[in-house]
Amino acid sequence: MADAKTFRFPELSLVVLLGASGSGKSTFARRHFKPTEVVSSDFCRGLVSDDESSMDASKDAFDVLHFIAGRRLARGKLTVIDATNVTREARAPLVALAREYHCLPVAIVLDMPEKVCLERNASRPDRDFGKHVVRNHIGALRRSRRSLQKEGFRHVFALESEEAVNAAVLIREKLWNDRRDDAGPFDLVGDVHGCFDELHALLGKLGYSVVRETADDGGLRFAVTPPPSSTGTRKAVFLGDLVDRGPKSPEVLRLVMDMCASGAALCVPGNHDVKLMRKLRGRDVQITHGLAESLAQMKREPAGFAARVTEFVDDLVSHFVLDGGNLVVAHAGMRETMQGRGSGKVREFALYGETTGETDEYGLPVRYEWAADYRGRAHVVYGHTPVPEPEWLNKTMCIDTGCVFGGKLTALRWPEKELVCVQAAATYYQPTKPFLPEGEVAPTLTAQQEHDDVLDLADVSGRRAVSTRLMNNVTLREENTHPALEVMSRFAASPKWLIYLPPTMSPPETSSREGHLEHPDEAFSYFRGQGVAKVVCQEKHMGSRAVLVVGRDANAVRRRFGVATGESGACVTRTGRRFFTDPAMETALINRVRAAADAAGLWTRFDTEWFALDAELMPWSAKAQELLRTQYAAVGAAATVGLGEAGHALAAAAQRGIDVAEILDRTTARADRARLYVESYGRYCWPVASVDDLRLAPFHLLATEGAVHVDRDHLWHLGVLDELVAAGGVLQPTRRLVVDLTDPASEAAGAAWWEELTGAGGEGMVVKPLDFVVRGPRQLAQPAVKCRGREYLRIIYGPDYDLPENLARLRKRGLSTKRSLALREFALGVEALERFVRKEPLRRVHECVFGVLALETEPVDPRL
Amino acid sequence: MLLTITTTTQPATDLGFLLHKNPGAVRTVDLSIGKAHVFYPEANDDRCTAALMLEVDPVALVRGRTGASGEGAVVDQYVNDRPYAASSFLSVAIVKLFGTALAGRSNDRPELAASAIPLEVRIAPLPCRGGETILRRLFEPLGYEVAAERHGLDAQFPEWGESAYFTVTLTATKRLAEMLNHVYVLVPVLDDEKHYWVGDDELEKLLRHGEGWLAAHPERDLIARRYLKHQRGLAREALERLTVGEGPDPDEAQETNDASEAAIERRLSLNEQRLRAVIAVLRGAGTKSVVDLGCGEGKLLRELIDDASFERVAGLEVSHRSLERARDRLMLDRMAPMKAARLTLWHGSLTYRDARLSGFDAATLVEVIEHLDPDRLGALERTVFEFARPGTVVVTTPNSEFNVRFETLPAGRFRHSDHRFEWTRAEFRAWAEQVARRFGYTVRFLPIGPEDAALGAPTQMGVFVRG
Repeated sequence: MADAKTFRFPELSLVVLLGASGSGKSTFARRHFKPTEVVSSDFCRGLVSDDESSMDASKDAFDVLHFIAGRRLARGKLTVIDATNVTREARAPLVALAREYHCLPVAIVLDMPEKVCLERNASRPDRDFGKHVVRNHIGALRRSRRSLQKEGFRHVFALESEEAVNAAVLIREKLWNDRRDDAGPFDLVGDVHGCFDELHALLGKLGYSVVRETADDGGLRFAVTPPPSSTGTRKAVFLGDLVDRGPKSPEVLRLVMDMCASGAALCVPGNHDVKLMRKLRGRDVQITHGLAESLAQMKREPAGFAARVTEFVDDLVSHFVLDGGNLVVAHAGMRETMQGRGSGKVREFALYGETTGETDEYGLPVRYEWAADYRGRAHVVYGHTPVPEPEWLNKTMCIDTGCVFGGKLTALRWPEKELVCVQAAATYYQPTKPFLPEGEVAPTLTAQQEHDDVLDLADVSGRRAVSTRLMNNVTLREENTHPALEVMSRFAASPKWLIYLPPTMSPPETSSREGHLEHPDEAFSYFRGQGVAKVVCQEKHMGSRAVLVVGRDANAVRRRFGVATGESGACVTRTGRRFFTDPAMETALINRVRAAADAAGLWTRFDTEWFALDAELMPWSAKAQELLRTQYAAVGAAATVGLGEAGHALAAAAQRGIDVAEILDRTTARADRARLYVESYGRYCWPVASVDDLRLAPFHLLATEGAVHVDRDHLWHLGVLDELVAAGGVLQPTRRLVVDLTDPASEAAGAAWWEELTGAGGEGMVVKPLDFVVRGPRQLAQPAVKCRGREYLRIIYGPDYDLPENLARLRKRGLSTKRSLALREFALGVEALERFVRKEPLRRVHECVFGVLALETEPVDPRL
Repeated sequence: MLLTITTTTQPATDLGFLLHKNPGAVRTVDLSIGKAHVFYPEANDDRCTAALMLEVDPVALVRGRTGASGEGAVVDQYVNDRPYAASSFLSVAIVKLFGTALAGRSNDRPELAASAIPLEVRIAPLPCRGGETILRRLFEPLGYEVAAERHGLDAQFPEWGESAYFTVTLTATKRLAEMLNHVYVLVPVLDDEKHYWVGDDELEKLLRHGEGWLAAHPERDLIARRYLKHQRGLAREALERLTVGEGPDPDEAQETNDASEAAIERRLSLNEQRLRAVIAVLRGAGTKSVVDLGCGEGKLLRELIDDASFERVAGLEVSHRSLERARDRLMLDRMAPMKAARLTLWHGSLTYRDARLSGFDAATLVEVIEHLDPDRLGALERTVFEFARPGTVVVTTPNSEFNVRFETLPAGRFRHSDHRFEWTRAEFRAWAEQVARRFGYTVRFLPIGPEDAALGAPTQMGVFVRG
């Protein structure tokens, strides 16, 4: 019997080799599988004991083997078990493992003659066990062969001679649910339940032409032409529950079956479809939940129709993975670990979903909210449970809108994600529990917003990689996420407000000019080196960074941000705290900004109900009071007292003729510089009694509905904000100067402007490339570089920083960590905004904002 | 920074012999953090003053992070008062310049070194944490007459109030060595700078310089605690980077606030009664596994873990510092393995859903909810009652009606300044009943502490049982 046998099995399987010692399992595995696909018991014995033939290491070795196999299957990797596996006890955990990961166990039996095995073992020095071992193996193997199917092996292949082994051909097949190659476009249709007229109308609305013909059996036949599409032929995808309850289940079945046959549609089974099939096959099922209607309607169909339906439903695949893995469709949904897999459990989930085992007040099973926990990459579209309005929740959407109960029939166009629906012509069936809201209801939060009330620790804790459009993955280390969690939980505003946190900003390379640590020249040359021709220099306001979210009114904020506190905006600091401890002050400020937006016509111009601003809020003392008192003013007081006392004592000593002149001069000069220091911070402080004492200088219009304005240049931002600022009052403009980096005269003018600003007590300026986002030769360019004035730096580096010997040492400062952080935080901040504007779940936005906070805990010289 | 020592002993210029420094010259030494000078602003037979002046190099302070104990290891890179204020640097300079005098020796005037002489010491500026009260409590028991002048923060902004700096004058008749040792130990204690770096030999130094007076000092515990303050862990530094400039240091504020809350409630030993009441409820419900949400420093955990009927005990806390304290106080490292196996401590937050919290018989929230902003309470409700879903949930919170009975608590103020709200009984009841209804629990209410007929008990407790 040397004819070539061809074995076909699914590409994600747990392949279990069975055979006595010496039957050639390892050789067989080597020939047909990648080395990494094979896990052998001998190898695992070696791993745990340094001896591949150590029998007393068996238990530990198999623990390791099962662990490796489990990890591989979880990752969707075919795995081959190379062990004798001749006993049921050895195979049972493997079958369980395959079930756990929803893949099929496949048995390949190498039932070789005893002689062959003995000869092979004789040639191997490590297999000097007695003949009885092989004989026992073969006996156990032969006894097992009959029961393999019963044990759960869906495919059993046996090879009984060396020739057969050599000639065997193994073919891996894609699973039926794997239609990743099919990119559609699709029209996904929710539960029809015999509502043929609505389905017909819906297909028409979607652009399908449906022609009625007469079938061979005398019933209806439908010729369906999908609408034209530029990106491929459109295809309907029915999400199951075609039948029961409604008036025309057979017509629906005919239409769907014809569409599937012609390739105009795909269909997954629903629980009602399967139940009807079982009844038609004569099984004993309860005639409930509208099955009676279907059966009565089926009686009117010609002979043979029932058989056609039975065959059709039986052949349906539980779920499909479509469009490169971006879309999963199933009747009752599909959790991530089951997608693209095949097992009884997967099919069960696809048909019925999951229940908690409890029943509700209507006696219906309480469904487990798998969608609330869903974190998968693929979008999942499903039906099964009627909802009043389809809504995205964690990339999942239920589009069963209860047509048969008088709701509507809904289709979701993919990839457009547009909803198309047709109202039910009648209430065909009374639902057990009402699913439509009674009467008008006040604006409520969406399902996603309600779900987002609670974020999951698993979405922020531990080591994380956040993928961003600007920089690919940004890695957050565990030691940074811990303090971020603490600050987020104890001090930050509600995460719903936190759609952005600003990045840190680096100074330019250190200047070598006399008396200077920073100078615009280095900022200019940095950007020129990044290939930037024009920069905009912006006056740097000396206050505290503030991010403002302003809604048109409290309802707009509730709709868009899911904040139902009645607030209509928020103002937070760079670490996400409320800027003001006094809510009245915050409200007053938000109201001023809103009034300015009204006056500037910002709402209509951007067709938005909200906007976010990046700004500086002054005075410095409004937020930094504590820091000023404990740090800056404290240093001033200590220096004034200490140097003053020392000066008096030195003067007295000098009077006595002691030679302290040098120390005295130095001390007097230090006292002078301490005075300059005190004057310096004093310029940025004034008392705040009411909102009128505040000054807000916005410099970025970060985002409005549907748009993150990072594709606009900074002059655009300042221009739009000028209109806002024109309202005056609290709002203050940001002075600016455009510098052409290819024109020395323009650069000189930029430097002169900086001298002028800082000479008048200004903090300095921020140099930004004209474009918001600039890619340099290797990576992103810094979004901004700050260039601080000489007197301002006295606050940062201390009163005596500009003594020549001090400057010389301070010049040795490294910028690379600061710059790298600035880029990563910038990428995360922009990503947060983009995700928010795309209406992604809050956790996806929060992950980025949380990341900025985590990165801010990195140790970096705070004086930079 | 300046320290002057004046004596009126006759002849006063003998001070030069005692200090081993010539009144007619300047003496300068290099320290790792800069320079120290000794000179005499006045020197005659009636009165002689020696001045010790520190000229700290501010750049070296930040750059040289390798220093040994007490020297040049200032971690903080923000501009700070170290170059100007009296601190452990002064102690270092005293050892370096007045080492012999500190040891009580004098080659030329041994008998004078052994005698008490009139001394006046002036230190400016001396940062006094705890203010003039602490200053007096430290020096007066040692026989000094204390005069202190406190300096304002900034004359431009009188509304900012006083600084922590004083010009201090201490007068006493003492041996010079005695006085120098007092200054050596007590200046860093008053300064109590959190960046003070503590080496292994600090304890030994404290004992040496405190010999003969520290053991009998009424404030010896405070002195030892502050002097031997531990350096901050890396975790703390990371948190600090997020909180600097955003209000007071959260951990320090927490300690102060916890202490003041405890002080307000002390007369009633409320904390003790709360723990008893919570444990009674847990026992009554036959609880085998319990998670203490917001466990703080582990006061309830310690009680729970000592009762073997609680087979599984967990604590969740958001403050890293509190969690470290809990670990220390429970002596987790030294706990018997069987006992330790029953206990788990987690860093986590009640506003984030947490899978680890599922599967407990009971959860406790002892004086926790009032630390959350009201708009975050919704997240806590769902985390606990919808997702963790233990059979029993015990919540305690202050009854604000009772606050008028606390004499030391100003009207309208909360018991703890981190409290975001304090509820009346009606408010708590309304919240609890609404939560119970939404999540399928029943709730009953119990008072904790002495009940006032009109105001109720100081603490209110809600016991939620899953329906």
